[in-house]
Amino acid sequence: MNEKHYPNSLGIWGWLGGGRWGLERYAYVLHRLTGLGLVVYLLMHVFVTALRVKGIYLWTDGRFFDRPAFRVGEFLVFAAFAYHALNGLRLVLVELGLAVGRPLEPVYPYKSSIGVQRPLFIAMMALAALLLLAGGAEFLGLVK
Amino acid sequence: MREGEMKQVEGGETAYWTWHMAAGVAIFALLGLHMTTMHLGGLTGLFVAYPTEQAVSPANSHTRDASLFLTVVYILLLGLALYHGLYGLRTMLFELTLKPATEQAVTTALVVVGLLLLGFGTWAAVAAHQGAAYHIASPEAVYVGG
Repeated sequence: MNEKHYPNSLGIWGWLGGGRWGLERYAYVLHRLTGLGLVVYLLMHVFVTALRVKGIYLWTDGRFFDRPAFRVGEFLVFAAFAYHALNGLRLVLVELGLAVGRPLEPVYPYKSSIGVQRPLFIAMMALAALLLLAGGAEFLGLVK
Repeated sequence: MREGEMKQVEGGETAYWTWHMAAGVAIFALLGLHMTTMHLGGLTGLFVAYPTEQAVSPANSHTRDASLFLTVVYILLLGLALYHGLYGLRTMLFELTLKPATEQAVTTALVVVGLLLLGFGTWAAVAAHQGAAYHIASPEAVYVGG
């Protein structure tokens, strides 16, 4: 069997832009990264919040978690939730076939479900951005 | 498995995946409520008994602990989040094409971890609720926790 080998002209940029790395691929990677981050946070969160049974509130009054670095981390957790939740909703809709468009006979010019999924993705990210703005106001101390 | 045969997905996996999605949708609602309370409480006033303090202050936290509704919500949210998160972690690990015995060990470990955390979190929520409810019912009592 004849095999043709094509040189990787993208070089190191192939890691980021090579192959089928479309918008949905990046969304997939970010969905998994935020999911892992949220799982790790959850495991810690259960123990920290359980301490309130003993009257210990580590996140207030200058205690361990009441520091700027942890406040930034808390905002990142909120951002991860906003992204993971809204992208997850998009995935559920696609999984149930509600956001892939009608099945069409494959006649040229071919139509792809990307015309339905991409606007949905953009809409979900717009909602996530709104959530981040609202949450960011609280983190910046603009509201209590 | 002979050449050309496809590995059949066990029937249970489809159910687990369906529950994973359903849990995700439920978490969207419950965690959305939790995030709204904790981080948008200043804007919404939702479950914030003392508006002059932060939503996560001990006073506001204590008031929420006294609420049976929120205690049940927290326990439900914990169970759903543990299932959704640990099943997602299991899915990612299984993509490494593990041996069947390793897959079973991973599944068992995650189930044990999930159940332990669920039990611990449920105990903490119930204990906090009982302590907060006692304190609110008897304001002259000194809250010592535990």
